[in-house]
Amino acid sequence: MFYREVGDFKTSYAEDQQTFPIAFDRWRYYVVIAVAFLVIPFIINDYWEKSVLLPFLVFSIAAIGLNILTGYCGQVSLGTGGFMAVGAYACYKLMTGFPELNIFFVVILSGFVTAAVGMVFGLPSLRIKGFYLAVATLAAQFFLVWLFNKVPWFYNYSASGQINAPERTVFGIAVTGAASPSWATYLFCLVFVFALAWAARNMTRGPLGRKWMAIRDMDIAAEIIGVSPLSTKLTAFAVSSFFIGIAGALYFSVWFGAVEVTEAFGINQSFRVLFMVILGGLGSIFGSFAGAAFLVLLPVFLKNVMVGALGWSTAIAANLELVIVGGLIVFFLIAEPHGLAALWRTAKEKLRLWPFPY
Amino acid sequence: MSEEAATPEVLLDIRNITLRFGGVEALRDISFDIRKGEVRAIIGPNGAGKSSMLNVINGFYHPQEGEIWFKGERRGPLKPSQIARQGVARTFQNIALFSGMTTLDNIMTGRLTRTRATMLDQIIWWGRAEREEYEHRARVEEIIDFLEIQSIRKTPVGRLPYGLQKRVELGRALAAEPELLLLDEPMAGMNVEEKEDMCRFVLDVNEEFGTTIALIEHDMGVVMDISNRVVVLDYGRKIGDGTPDEVRSNPEVIDAYLGVAHD
Repeated sequence: MFYREVGDFKTSYAEDQQTFPIAFDRWRYYVVIAVAFLVIPFIINDYWEKSVLLPFLVFSIAAIGLNILTGYCGQVSLGTGGFMAVGAYACYKLMTGFPELNIFFVVILSGFVTAAVGMVFGLPSLRIKGFYLAVATLAAQFFLVWLFNKVPWFYNYSASGQINAPERTVFGIAVTGAASPSWATYLFCLVFVFALAWAARNMTRGPLGRKWMAIRDMDIAAEIIGVSPLSTKLTAFAVSSFFIGIAGALYFSVWFGAVEVTEAFGINQSFRVLFMVILGGLGSIFGSFAGAAFLVLLPVFLKNVMVGALGWSTAIAANLELVIVGGLIVFFLIAEPHGLAALWRTAKEKLRLWPFPY
Repeated sequence: MSEEAATPEVLLDIRNITLRFGGVEALRDISFDIRKGEVRAIIGPNGAGKSSMLNVINGFYHPQEGEIWFKGERRGPLKPSQIARQGVARTFQNIALFSGMTTLDNIMTGRLTRTRATMLDQIIWWGRAEREEYEHRARVEEIIDFLEIQSIRKTPVGRLPYGLQKRVELGRALAAEPELLLLDEPMAGMNVEEKEDMCRFVLDVNEEFGTTIALIEHDMGVVMDISNRVVVLDYGRKIGDGTPDEVRSNPEVIDAYLGVAHD
């Protein structure tokens, strides 16, 4: 009905290759952006900030990052938690080492530090593939967490081994620390999500994305047509780690404010982000958002229903939540192995014809 | 084509190539040249070393002995991706397309060696990256028109039938605008009609774009019809070289390859 291509003629390659070729999609995108920037900051409260919106935004960045590496370039990584830790600790060291540096630049620099570390751990990918590479990145995960636990310099010799984010401001408004208002932290993260998603889309639609996908689909043929596997894989590791590092920095400084590395950036975190990517859809930016939303929002929703509405004890609810989320993951993977993004695509195909049968 | 110049320019000169895998000599002291603008066929029975020869030309294998001269210069041991950037493209015997990508994206990958936009340009997608993308797209659309595959532009290639996949693969090689195009059995497994189409495309590429073509093919009728010169390999040795007529009447070739018995 509303959702169709009829009469929407493309007269240039730019129009044909735009991100949202269907007008309805385009308008919905503008509406979502407008609501996210102009409406939510006015109605946000502390609960929505800490348990729904910040988790969603931070994990979206991490999921896009991992999706670039795994979904687009085909390199499986289980080191996401470790790379998030690199971002967080780089952010901490920069915050405490250069107190006058704006937090905005601190977060971006943390991304670059993580990109460098990611490239080092990406070197094995030139020799090993698939499951073997996954094991190599698993080594990165355990090594990095061990390192941040073992070397006191990283946590400034604090007695607890925790790192705590001091208060930092953007335009005079605190975005880290206990006193930061909800709308400020939300907007700070949203700006990063918006810019990074935009950058990811531009990278994946053009020559860089084609190089990654060529390496993913058939690395020998890619080499024959002039794609250098070395630089392509390392770029994927660098870009992916940059995203994940920024997610880690925001996770630590803006969302939690204080983290302990084993708890916050353990192997569970790696799997969580990997589930988001697989569930959302490999090789899709939208899928990264969908996967992050699913795994962040569903537990919150279930908890509210079971504890708030049904009045069950929190212990039962917490366990049931694991069962239900796990079951749904299995169900979704059987029903649609290509993730929520593929489900969404199928729905759109159907909608294009609706309500007419042909 | 080949008769128009008295001394045609040699594009690729293969000199005394020997390639060994352990104790097996896949190619033994092979020499031949490929002239600019010709269609050069490499034939021979199974296991004769034809595909190995192509793999040597585009840098997948490095021969133990011998020299390769490309465009009048001796070529060092380069990587396949570097050789691709010098202007050599190829297709594979078993289709090697990027199955998760659409036809359009697959052919666009052929333009990757010609991308000048930096990573920063691409992230911002403004100016050079965008302009270049649409220039490449325009060129790719010409190839899509040429190969008559407009209708499958946005179909993932994994879903296409075999004959069309072969055509898309040819398109990807053409998109790089190569000087030397290597075709490894472009007509294998096709029916007569598809073969005729493919022959037409190969000849058109040669005539319209002036691309030099080296191809491996088993169908003798095709080889004799479309190639200017033929080189014959058997057990890694060269046993014949010349025009289709010369090769057809060479007794050693008849003996080894065409299988006609003497007495």
